Amino acid sequence: MDHIAQSLIRIVGEARFSDRPEEAYFYSRDPGLMPPHKPDYVVIPERVGEIQEIVKIAAREKIPIVPMGAGLALTGLIIPLKGGIVIDMKHMNRVLKVNEGGRYAVVEGGTSQGALKAYLEKNHPRLRHSIPDSPATATIAANVMIHGQGRLTQQYGFNSDMVSGLEVVLASGEICRIGSCALSPDWFSKGPPMPDLTGLFLGWFGATGIITKVGVKLYPKKRLRDVEIFVTDRDDLIPEMVYELTHTEMVEDINIFAQPKPMIFKDNHHITMFFTGDTEEELEFKRKMVWHALDRFIKSKDGGFMGLPPVMKPTLLETPQRSVSRFADVKKGGGFEYSGPIIMVDRYPQCVRKIVVLAQKYDLGYSGMARIIGRSHAMMYGFAFTFNRADPDMMERTRKALHEVSEFALEAGGVFWKATVHEQKMAMDRMDPNTLGLMKMIKKNMDPDGIMNPGNWEVD
Amino acid sequence: MYSLKHDVDLCRTCPTGDCLVKCQYLDVDKDTAVTEMVKIGRGEDSFVLQDCVTCYACEEYCQRGNYPFYLITEKREEKGILTSPRAITRQWINIGEPQGKFRLGEVKEKALSFGFMPEFLKWAKGRLFEDVMPSFIFGQEFFCNVVYIHFANTSIIKERLPMVLDNFRKLRVKEVIFLHDECYGAFAHLAPAYGMEVPFKPVHYFEYLYNRLTELKDLIRPLNIRAVYQRPCSSRLSPDKHRFVGEIMDLIGVDLVEREYQDHNALCCGGIYAMSFGYDLAHDVQKRNMDDMEGHGAQVCIFNCPACMGSIGTQVAKRGIRPIHMIHLCRMAIGEI
Repeated sequence: MDHIAQSLIRIVGEARFSDRPEEAYFYSRDPGLMPPHKPDYVVIPERVGEIQEIVKIAAREKIPIVPMGAGLALTGLIIPLKGGIVIDMKHMNRVLKVNEGGRYAVVEGGTSQGALKAYLEKNHPRLRHSIPDSPATATIAANVMIHGQGRLTQQYGFNSDMVSGLEVVLASGEICRIGSCALSPDWFSKGPPMPDLTGLFLGWFGATGIITKVGVKLYPKKRLRDVEIFVTDRDDLIPEMVYELTHTEMVEDINIFAQPKPMIFKDNHHITMFFTGDTEEELEFKRKMVWHALDRFIKSKDGGFMGLPPVMKPTLLETPQRSVSRFADVKKGGGFEYSGPIIMVDRYPQCVRKIVVLAQKYDLGYSGMARIIGRSHAMMYGFAFTFNRADPDMMERTRKALHEVSEFALEAGGVFWKATVHEQKMAMDRMDPNTLGLMKMIKKNMDPDGIMNPGNWEVD
Repeated sequence: MYSLKHDVDLCRTCPTGDCLVKCQYLDVDKDTAVTEMVKIGRGEDSFVLQDCVTCYACEEYCQRGNYPFYLITEKREEKGILTSPRAITRQWINIGEPQGKFRLGEVKEKALSFGFMPEFLKWAKGRLFEDVMPSFIFGQEFFCNVVYIHFANTSIIKERLPMVLDNFRKLRVKEVIFLHDECYGAFAHLAPAYGMEVPFKPVHYFEYLYNRLTELKDLIRPLNIRAVYQRPCSSRLSPDKHRFVGEIMDLIGVDLVEREYQDHNALCCGGIYAMSFGYDLAHDVQKRNMDDMEGHGAQVCIFNCPACMGSIGTQVAKRGIRPIHMIHLCRMAIGEI
């Protein structure tokens, strides 16, 4: 056993350390299509102090460290591209604080979405957070790190916009608090009215620091929740429809999907909207507003609300909506990956036409899904393809299709979401040189030895 | 190939214009009704083609053996007048497309047809069905396709129904009990209206339930409840079977309360109105209907059609009225539920 291993065992103990090949196998990959690369060591810390010690060893030895939540981003962000130490955060999973009146929670860096949801349901039933549709094991810190989106994104923006403070371990091993918590016991703001330093970490994929605590804003949880689906065969009218819906300010979340299977969905676009209320009257009022907002499209026969069978509603109202990830099981051999650029809502027709072309060109099953961000300020458009993991040819075709999506996204004015290393390079090649220079300066200063999740946001 | 046996002369000489005069959604006098139906029969434009909400009721109101609603549907399609948004129509056509996923029980000369409503796979059990089950038929390949008259799309019916009839023919069934009255209406009413030969005897499940309950009368425990009946649109295609509702209630000790929106005057569940016309019409019809149920002290609302139950069952329950399907009510009466 080498001296680094011995040092790491001294910090976390033997039970929470591994350099065995069977563990290295699992920590070398994520469920997506990126090629694996094995780490040298895996550690599972339980305290911030342990992370500090681990980072100091990495800095001393100049070996990479890769923080990992549940590893569900699909774009290879937790693959240790240059080996080193994977820091699996899952044991740091406590909900540290919930301020009911101030509507925020502080959780440890490995706390899962499901854990916070369950905690709130049990202890604070009138509060909720913006839960994404990834599996419930996805962590809150990783989700805000990748600028994820969730159930409240149409109302409040990216999940990272709902951050109310961070605690971060820097590349030096020092702890740094970001936001109001830097000088107050209260985690109510991630920056304002001071400089907002969360931008030094969010979106950097661990290349500038490791999030060990995160404050997230909580929102009123109404007693009742319902869903409606508006269907249309006019992709060109979707932006207008979304504009009308967002104007009502009555809707919690808006998702749009189009896919060829099952037959019920073929040839149509489905605007799924969720709304809430504390009383039947409130819920019905919102339903009425939402329906009337789309009246002109009903009158012109360009769209209508589908009759949702009662058996369908529980599936749609589930949070997270597990049916989304069941798309992975469409093909025998189970696998799916999507590229989800953030792009203007008026590009919806272009996106949906592109995914159809790519699915035909590469003979792939597909699902196109958009989530509206803010009041129609942007959307995440997910180009999702399903493949058989036992079919290398199909996997290669999927890679090619996703590569074309990346090129399309930039051409259409979009920005990559949770960009792969390749997409990061594409983005940096296209980026304003002064912006790139600023990123380079930040990265160089915050990670002078290049040990923080190397390969990601590496500015040449 | 198949054409509707509608007789315009019957409309021209109609003394009442009942088809439109009795319509709950159009305000039409007798002379206007006759004039408009004759115009429609001649292929001319009429406001009726624009304003009809597809409740099917005129098929029942006409006492002269004509087919006013089928005619309206055909002419709408010919003129490209959409009743529903295109996407909704497309969705429904997709749903009914045969996909090779049909299910057959041990089909004998007598069989139950579930259309492709999966609820019936679970519901049709117990002593009421023991003399037929497990002889059943389920799936799009045996789906009547009549729902497309809501969407002014007769051509899809003409295209698919002959294939469905062929599928039945291959099973060599002699008697089919339909658990959805739209399917019964298809084979007892619509297919003959278009000159299609039906190779079996269609039986409405109300009639079947009535006969079975009569056979099992020793098991019946009167339910002693006050109920209303939600009559579906498709019941208008088989009005002669509607009487079995009252007869079954008499058998099982249910007090079918007198209310405004019953029998000829029944209101649609509103499901199709919501999809086709939006919030206001559907909400108005549903509210009036449920106010009427509640106002007459109903404890239970009996459903015939699972789609109606899906459409307003939850809202009915929120008003303190228990929604229940006819099959479950009958099983309750013989102590199975």
